Amino acid sequence: MDDISALSRRGLIGAGLGLGAGLLLPDGAMAASKPRRGGRIRVASLSSSTADTLDPAKGALSTDYVRHYMVYNGLTEMGGDLIARPALAERIVSNDQTIWHIRLRKGVTFHDGASLTAQDVVWSLLRHKDPAVGSKLATIAEQFAEVRATGKQDVVIRLTGPNADLPAILAQSHFLILRAGTKDFRTANGTGPYMVSQFRPGVRTLVRRNPNYWKSGKAWLDEIELIGIPDEVSRVNALLSGDVQLVIAVNPRSTKRIMASRGHGLLETPSGLYTNLIMRQDQLPTGNAHFVAAMKYLIDRPLIKRALYRGYATIANDQPIPPFHPYYRSDLPQTSLDLDKARWHLQRAGLSGVRLPVYASPAADGSVDMASILQEYGSRVGLNLAVNRVPADGYWSTHWMKHPLGFGNTNPRPTADLLFSLFYKSDAAWNESGWKNPRFDRLLLEARGEADQARRKQLYGEMQGLVHHHCGVGIPVFISLIDGYDRRLKGLRPVSLGGLMGYQFAEHVWWEG
Amino acid sequence: MAGASTSSGAKAAFVLIGKRLASSLLTLLLVSVTIFVIAQLLPGDAAQEALGQSATVEQVAALRHEMGLDRPAPVRYISWLGGMVSGDPGQSLVANMPVSEVISSRLPNSLLLAALTALVAVPVALAIGIGSAMNRGGRIDRALNITTLSMVAVPEFLVATIAVLIFSVKLRWLPSIALVSDEMSWGDYLRGAAMPILCLSIVVIAQMARMTRAAVIDQMDRPYVEMAVLKGVAPVQVVLKHIMPNAIAPIVNAMALSLSYLLGGAVIVETIFNYPGLASLMVNAVTSRDMPLLQACAMIFCAAYLILMLIADVTAILANPRLRAQ
Repeated sequence: MDDISALSRRGLIGAGLGLGAGLLLPDGAMAASKPRRGGRIRVASLSSSTADTLDPAKGALSTDYVRHYMVYNGLTEMGGDLIARPALAERIVSNDQTIWHIRLRKGVTFHDGASLTAQDVVWSLLRHKDPAVGSKLATIAEQFAEVRATGKQDVVIRLTGPNADLPAILAQSHFLILRAGTKDFRTANGTGPYMVSQFRPGVRTLVRRNPNYWKSGKAWLDEIELIGIPDEVSRVNALLSGDVQLVIAVNPRSTKRIMASRGHGLLETPSGLYTNLIMRQDQLPTGNAHFVAAMKYLIDRPLIKRALYRGYATIANDQPIPPFHPYYRSDLPQTSLDLDKARWHLQRAGLSGVRLPVYASPAADGSVDMASILQEYGSRVGLNLAVNRVPADGYWSTHWMKHPLGFGNTNPRPTADLLFSLFYKSDAAWNESGWKNPRFDRLLLEARGEADQARRKQLYGEMQGLVHHHCGVGIPVFISLIDGYDRRLKGLRPVSLGGLMGYQFAEHVWWEG
Repeated sequence: MAGASTSSGAKAAFVLIGKRLASSLLTLLLVSVTIFVIAQLLPGDAAQEALGQSATVEQVAALRHEMGLDRPAPVRYISWLGGMVSGDPGQSLVANMPVSEVISSRLPNSLLLAALTALVAVPVALAIGIGSAMNRGGRIDRALNITTLSMVAVPEFLVATIAVLIFSVKLRWLPSIALVSDEMSWGDYLRGAAMPILCLSIVVIAQMARMTRAAVIDQMDRPYVEMAVLKGVAPVQVVLKHIMPNAIAPIVNAMALSLSYLLGGAVIVETIFNYPGLASLMVNAVTSRDMPLLQACAMIFCAAYLILMLIADVTAILANPRLRAQ
């Protein structure tokens, strides 16, 4: 029986690696600048509307995630290495990956002064199972068979089946911990680094430093104002004119403008975000294996990386695990543009000269351009693609996964298991291509309960191979996330879970003005 | 005689106002039905939009029940209408707040922006219109004509973007986004709202100035103007005392049209400057399928338009003795 969990061992190694990486950084920013207290910044996020919320369970957009990480903490947290470490939990261990024992950190208080107890944790986790709460992660919370307090500082979570990724799952913003019984979300009572002083949905969120924050020394800034500027050009203009000090989601086309300014910098975060071609396996002709192969050979990945994303992307290989991921399988042969092979597969499929509609929309970032590129190469091998551009509004409910040939867009997920379970498992609601692979499903279950890292990597590797060879999705590139910042803002590092340090920048940055 | 005509004019105005108010209520009702029906045709509803991609069937059903969306559409409309008549626009489905609260945080911003723009635009437009009419065919007229025509032709997003590039990114005189908060001073507000006001003014000045010029020129060819000129009245007096009372009706009409645009049509300017106004709130309401909020915004825009039109018509009647006498 291993007393210390795999997680805490990994955590220790990860921390060591992180320290090493910090020293090696050529930037010099970290070596030259020591964190200091004070300062006030304004941050512009992507969107802001009446749907803005302080309820972590309802968080839907990057603005929400940023806001939630400012005021709440999770039981665990994830850094740039994608390894979950204990946060509000002092320890989170399991022998069988099914029953997890959590010991809470002592001396943690909510903004109203109340101490964090096991009751708060139990309440915060179980509310996701109540349909009336409308939690975004209700399907994941179904895995919680039982959550109960065994002491003032102890919680036991029993899962419906073994899952070695529970610590990573608990690091997501939706599972941040609230005070038990919280009903009113007009303001927030969390344990996080900042306290809400004003929350106006669709206008702004104003937070000030929590002087009693349990992480020693943190946070650094006195005040953060979070606003949303949906228009990208306006967002970049606001950064360049000094009205905001940090912006999320800079378009690759705007990078030149920011680089031309001496006082501003770009933070490129390689991520697992991708826009993919969907070839429905339960419809014809896209269900034909030769057709799928032909389409994968028609994708000009370097062109998409260069023309659509100005180089701010990583070439992908028709499987969803990005190269920087700990479980990435590097020995899969890279698919590249090959018109001869595409033509051959198309002839084998008996589809030469066929006219096919492909649905694209601004809702799936870059899909309209990708469809045009496919159309161009398709015409050279005797495939007549008609690009149907449909509006972004309502795309996900009316078009996504409904047509034989279309596009999807998938955000980075914290674990390989989540990504595969949500989008590639045979019975997943978002099994975009509708492929069914029993071997894949078995491997997925096996990997979920496997505690041994090497074995896990092997299992996930085989699954990547299966998706690469057989699944009806073509993934051209992983799109990098680009943030823009004022150079006086220090401490920013890429965390591939999302922009703005995986939305968790607030407690890590300081102002050197 | 004069007293009699004034009282009959006032009476006519009152009758007109009464009739117009009645027809306005009917218009509002029809608009609300239209908006409700069209919004039903949009794909998805508030529950689906709120839960997003990750929704399960049970969650959508639960949320629909909570929002009251599981009732048939006519029932929902009637209950909304009932609330509206008793002065309660309902609960925003998405923000989980009363609609009145959501709107009351945005409406003053929109009204303030519209009022300040009108304050800038109306005098300038009148000056340009009258000035160019008085110099008809002359150099000033041609210069003003070219200016106003190009102002009408240039889309406001271009004006706004160029203004931001010049005044905030290059010169750094003005903020690129209009931040509005409770504790800010008037000076701060004006600095932030300067560019939105500028951009909106450019659009409406051009329209109003051209209508003013046309209305004034139309009168200048009349015999009574010739008479006044022959009497030796100074040109400025001719315009102010003789022409304006006759030209005021079409001018006020044009202004009412332009000003009604300031409230609901400011969505592009609100987007570019991130100004928290009512137009962007309405766009939010559409994309999140928040029916009560959408209806409330539509009612406000529609009512504002009807009120402005009513003011224009009443002004026209009071300014014209012949209409007054009828």
